[in-house]
Amino acid sequence: MSVAEYLINSLLGICVVFFALILLIGIITIMTKLNITDEPKKAKGAAAEPAAAPAAAAAERPLAPGSAGDLKLYDTDPRDAAMIMAIVADELQKPLNELRFISIREIAPEKD
Amino acid sequence: MENALDILARLWETSGFFMMVSDWRQLIMIVIALFLLYLGLVKKFEPLLLIGIAFGMLLVNLPGSDMYHPELWDGYIAGTVTITDIFHQGGLLDILYIGVKSGLYPSLIFMGVGAMTDFGPLIANPKSLILGAAAQIGIFGAFLLAGAIGFSPNVAASIGIIGGADGPTAIWLTSKLAPEYLAPIAIAAYSYMALIPLIQPPVMRLLTTEEERKIKMDQLRPVSKKEKIIFPIVVTVFVVLLLPSVAPLLGCLMLGNLFKESGLTDRLSDTAQNALMNIVTIFLSISVGGTALYYRFLTLQTIEIIVLGLLAFEMATIGGLLLGKLMCKVTGGKINPLIGSAGVSAVPMAARVSQKEGQRANPSNFLLMHAMGPNVAGVIGSAVAAGFLLAVFGG
Repeated sequence: MSVAEYLINSLLGICVVFFALILLIGIITIMTKLNITDEPKKAKGAAAEPAAAPAAAAAERPLAPGSAGDLKLYDTDPRDAAMIMAIVADELQKPLNELRFISIREIAPEKD
Repeated sequence: MENALDILARLWETSGFFMMVSDWRQLIMIVIALFLLYLGLVKKFEPLLLIGIAFGMLLVNLPGSDMYHPELWDGYIAGTVTITDIFHQGGLLDILYIGVKSGLYPSLIFMGVGAMTDFGPLIANPKSLILGAAAQIGIFGAFLLAGAIGFSPNVAASIGIIGGADGPTAIWLTSKLAPEYLAPIAIAAYSYMALIPLIQPPVMRLLTTEEERKIKMDQLRPVSKKEKIIFPIVVTVFVVLLLPSVAPLLGCLMLGNLFKESGLTDRLSDTAQNALMNIVTIFLSISVGGTALYYRFLTLQTIEIIVLGLLAFEMATIGGLLLGKLMCKVTGGKINPLIGSAGVSAVPMAARVSQKEGQRANPSNFLLMHAMGPNVAGVIGSAVAAGFLLAVFGG
């Protein structure tokens, strides 16, 4: 095989990879547009009502075995908090269940 | 009756020590195996695989161990030896190698990888698939270079796949296209994957500005369970229809993921990502290391493969970063180009490198979840690239 043929095969290969993955982008976009969610669709008015319930339930819920209590979050999203906890555990090379997080607070960036 | 000296002389001549003296290359291979063991045990470079590979290499290069017979496999490829002959005449590693040759081990490892992978960040940000595709430039760049310096197309394709930074994919493709080069290619792939925290950062800093590295990305949308269940099924259908040769790898990857996401097969998911994965890893690593016999491994081609493998990794990193920069420009600075380098597979090491480099520039920057999108896209991308190469050169 000549170098030119190697080049043609390389270009063809990268095009096939891009085509396959762009096809997947299209499929995922369609899935998103179809609004596939876990919740059954509700009427607009009824949607707001149960929002406070999980908080109340969380307050009454007994602690899980081995838990050191609820983590307090200030201006921090639960997903960000989970990620921060995972990163801290990874940096310290300690299992997450051996660390105790009391609260996580977002600090405003310093102004120059 | 023989005298005691004759007996001792014969014992010496049949010992491994005598055979080693007769061919110094075995001694070199033993030193290389011990060095790889040191990297795995002390430096902790991919120890789960490198220890098994290094030990397999050590075993087959101890003179007289008689555990692996490449001549039998050459005969099998030529059609003069059957699998039954291999069972009768082969050693332990010949029998374990059947799982490599048939593509069984890499596919089962992919099932475990699928059961451990969360495609949520990819579904939340499908654009990251483009970054996963761009990083596959490393595969085709190395393929082109290998071809240009005189490797045959099959070997060049197997060398190129090192740039996919995905060990099972590299082993799967090489065992089908160029099995005689399996050891150097697998060792290069796994060694460079372990060295990603050293290989990628200099290129990342060279190709991005401080301002780009500081970019904080918007939080990803939550992904529903239904989306996560539908995703592996849809991906399997469309990608396998497009490229049927990729079915064993991608099918197992997505089946493992479906076990995990369905929530109904926790036992199977647990087995795929723990017990099965561990068993297959043991078999795979020993048998791949076992193919590194001194008279096949100590060649100029091995050095060329090691160098080309490094270039493949660097080209893959550059490809992902450059497209990341382009997407950063197009989106008006909403995408941190550092996530592009995670498009090489090496899950989750490459994503962690993006996270570390982002945080180095801006301590409040958390890129890990954003980098996981291109990272898992890279797994799919390298499987597609392997499927393409097999379809073109495997016939």
